[in-house]
Amino acid sequence: MPSENLVEISDLNFTYDVRPVLQGINMQIPRGKVVAIMGLSGCGKTTLLRLIGGQLKPSQGAVKVAGQSVHELNREDLYNMRRRMGMLFQFGALFTDMSVFDNVAFQMREHTDLPESLIRDLVLLKLEAVGLRGAHDLMPNSLSGGMARRVALARAIALDPMLMMYDEPFAGLDTISLGVIGNLIRHLNNALGATSIVVTHDVQESMKIVDYIYFMSGGQIIAQGSPDELRALDSGFVHQFVHGEIDGPMPFHYPGTKYAEDLALETAHA
Amino acid sequence: MLDRAMAAISGTGHRVVNGVWRFGFACRFFLAVLLHSGISFRRFSLTIKEIYFSGVLSLIIILVSGLFVGLVLGLQGYETLQKYGSESALGTLVALSLVRELGPVMSALLFASRAGSAITAEIGLMKATEQISAMEMMAVDPIARVVAPRFWAGVISMPLLAAMFSAIGVFGGYLVGVVMIGVDEGQFWSQMQSAVDFRLDVMNGVIKSCVFGVAVTAIALFEGYDAPPTAEGVSHATTRTVVTSSLAVLALDFLLTAFMFRGI
Repeated sequence: MPSENLVEISDLNFTYDVRPVLQGINMQIPRGKVVAIMGLSGCGKTTLLRLIGGQLKPSQGAVKVAGQSVHELNREDLYNMRRRMGMLFQFGALFTDMSVFDNVAFQMREHTDLPESLIRDLVLLKLEAVGLRGAHDLMPNSLSGGMARRVALARAIALDPMLMMYDEPFAGLDTISLGVIGNLIRHLNNALGATSIVVTHDVQESMKIVDYIYFMSGGQIIAQGSPDELRALDSGFVHQFVHGEIDGPMPFHYPGTKYAEDLALETAHA
Repeated sequence: MLDRAMAAISGTGHRVVNGVWRFGFACRFFLAVLLHSGISFRRFSLTIKEIYFSGVLSLIIILVSGLFVGLVLGLQGYETLQKYGSESALGTLVALSLVRELGPVMSALLFASRAGSAITAEIGLMKATEQISAMEMMAVDPIARVVAPRFWAGVISMPLLAAMFSAIGVFGGYLVGVVMIGVDEGQFWSQMQSAVDFRLDVMNGVIKSCVFGVAVTAIALFEGYDAPPTAEGVSHATTRTVVTSSLAVLALDFLLTAFMFRGI
């Protein structure tokens, strides 16, 4: 019987050169759920996603996906695992020399022996799911940011993955595209019976669609809970982050010498 | 003073270590390209597409340059040969200069500037826009799918371009020597035919251009793959491709010439 958690991270540490990026991360992502990993830029969210995808190896600890320790897999097994994963990159990462259709068909052509007629039907099905069937002939440079993200989403779900990973899916989108992408993440997760991990710092949009949230700061998990539980917190970093307050535990000013000292006011008065 | 000296020594050591590390990485990269080359031949359409981009689209610059080099060779050759009453050897001079040296070297330098820089910029930008990462996450090896077809396309294109450069160059020499100046047409072609040896001259020229093709394309691909994923990083990598591959072509040309024609 498969474990209840699709992804299990235990005592994960990752060091880049000598700089610790992640320290003592423990995380469980249950099957069928949409889980958000939130935090400020540079807190290690994307690194965590790359560790789950096997693009980086942990310095210590383990990342298990579907019961398999990702960093212990050989190249072939890792690629087999990745065929069951989908990833949406921050700005889509569409192949710019291919049309929308060819981008979505890419994995099907690389990994299956399906006839071209069936690939065509499947691609149009995926594009229909993200509302862009009519755009299948366009090249990526003709797409808006929101459309490119949706095409990338269609490409990521091409082989019906068990695990979807989203790296900042809401970054740089207008309010309409924001809502569209948010809804697609939730609905596609339910329709595919997949499990989703959303790395984001867009609090309001992600809280509408996720089941559980991990908050990270300085490479560590500092809070976790359902959206309602985290909204109810009335102090601390999470409160500041959720409510978008300018000053708080995360100060507005970068640490430095006293302003008066920099302007040489104290010396002048002395 | 001591601090500065220590900093200079430390900086030099750092650069040497980085250089050795980078060279090692380049060798591993080249080995990986060779090991993952199967797809370039199994799905030859991928390689054909790249031959079009790096070879066919370089044709104009190769043909125009080859023609002008041939025209100049014809003029300069005639000026020198007529002093010794050997104008009839103009065809030999033009053909040997082009087939042995100028054809492979000039076309490799032009290939590095046009196709090499384009390959580096393309791979560098694919990396900067996460297309390479996306491919890896889709369980598709970017070395096999993106890099190897471009490598073989460069290796296949280079001797063909060099041959076309030499052919059009000989035609340029003919235009100046025979059509404009009036050197005897029969002597121009017959001396060329008797002096140019297929194995010693033509085949060695082909071998040279194959080696240049390997060097230029491998450097261009490595620089692109190793480029920091920023606008500045891609720009520096593109410059490095042109500089490094041009120097490599000239150095390899000396070595190959020494082995082929002097028998060192």
